[in-house]
Amino acid sequence: MEGVIKDWRNDIYKVFKELDITMVSHVPDAGHTPLINLCEKDNEIDVVTLTTEQDGVGLSCGAFAGGRKSALLMQSSGVGNCINALALPNICRIPFLTLVSMRGEWGEFVPWQVPMGLGTPKVLEAMDVKIFRADYKEEVGSTVDAAARFAFNTNRSAAVLLSQKMIGAKQFKNG
Amino acid sequence: MIERRPFVQKILKNRQTNLRVVSGLGTSTWDLMSGGDDKANFGFIGAMGQAIPFALGLAMAQPDLRILLFTGDGDTLMSLGSIATVANHPVANLTIVVMDNESYVETGSQPTATAGKTDLEIVAKGSGISNSYTIKNEKDYDRLIKTIYEEEGPSLVVAKCQAKATPLIFPHSFDGSVSINRFMSTLKS
Repeated sequence: MEGVIKDWRNDIYKVFKELDITMVSHVPDAGHTPLINLCEKDNEIDVVTLTTEQDGVGLSCGAFAGGRKSALLMQSSGVGNCINALALPNICRIPFLTLVSMRGEWGEFVPWQVPMGLGTPKVLEAMDVKIFRADYKEEVGSTVDAAARFAFNTNRSAAVLLSQKMIGAKQFKNG
Repeated sequence: MIERRPFVQKILKNRQTNLRVVSGLGTSTWDLMSGGDDKANFGFIGAMGQAIPFALGLAMAQPDLRILLFTGDGDTLMSLGSIATVANHPVANLTIVVMDNESYVETGSQPTATAGKTDLEIVAKGSGISNSYTIKNEKDYDRLIKTIYEEEGPSLVVAKCQAKATPLIFPHSFDGSVSINRFMSTLKS
């Protein structure tokens, strides 16, 4: 893949290609931006920008009903928005895959990110979403691959929590 | 004002084989089921606010079919942002019909925002769905059929309906996995 940046997001992109994930929805997060850019350059992948993360759950289920596999990209703050929507893939046994860039953990600067960062795994577990976690860049590809196969092979919901350690803590600076 | 159940039944009566119908939770699903059991229907019974995004994903995945969503004003108001998402990811094959009775009729007919100052046709147009209009009686039926089968979508049609409770007509199964697999059996993957 000529011209592709060497980055752990590229490992996620490779999983998308290998598993024929052709729809990617998101409320953008800086941690996902390189992956979103890769997907937008790919004519075989439809990228859908959402106004709220929960709509990505319904979108993903509708796409699957129509025969297409998709993934929802969001920041941990978006997980709380999805709670009731997660009933849809759960009760319909539709495979659902989300990749969550974590905030409110490793060296967080913004206190407002902490509550939902702490709540993210609890909320997902409460809705029967199987959690996978990647703390190191080297394990991202295999973790996303495992989560995607879990979701699509067992018709369950799966989330990959991408550690803030990999993404880097945002520091606000003027100028 | 439109009497919703005969209206839905009339739209579905001579349905074409390329039509797939989705309904939002509650009354819209009972309306859809009143038109007869059909594998090419999928009705929500929960997950309020998710019917529009679901229909968008389905329409994107099946561009050769016509996708019709019947849903209510309550369901639509819960996810107004999804109208903007539909507008900006154009799906020529999607028609959303909002059965707008201006009330949460299943829970005791509390008024919705459309009973007040909110106009969903204007919301749709302002969100970027140019093919949006309001119908108030059955004479608009032919126009709606043309929108569903022929016009370039996405379209959002507000059907102003009577706010009266109608008998419950349940789908083939309340188990979502049964319903969705039955629906998917009518689609080429």
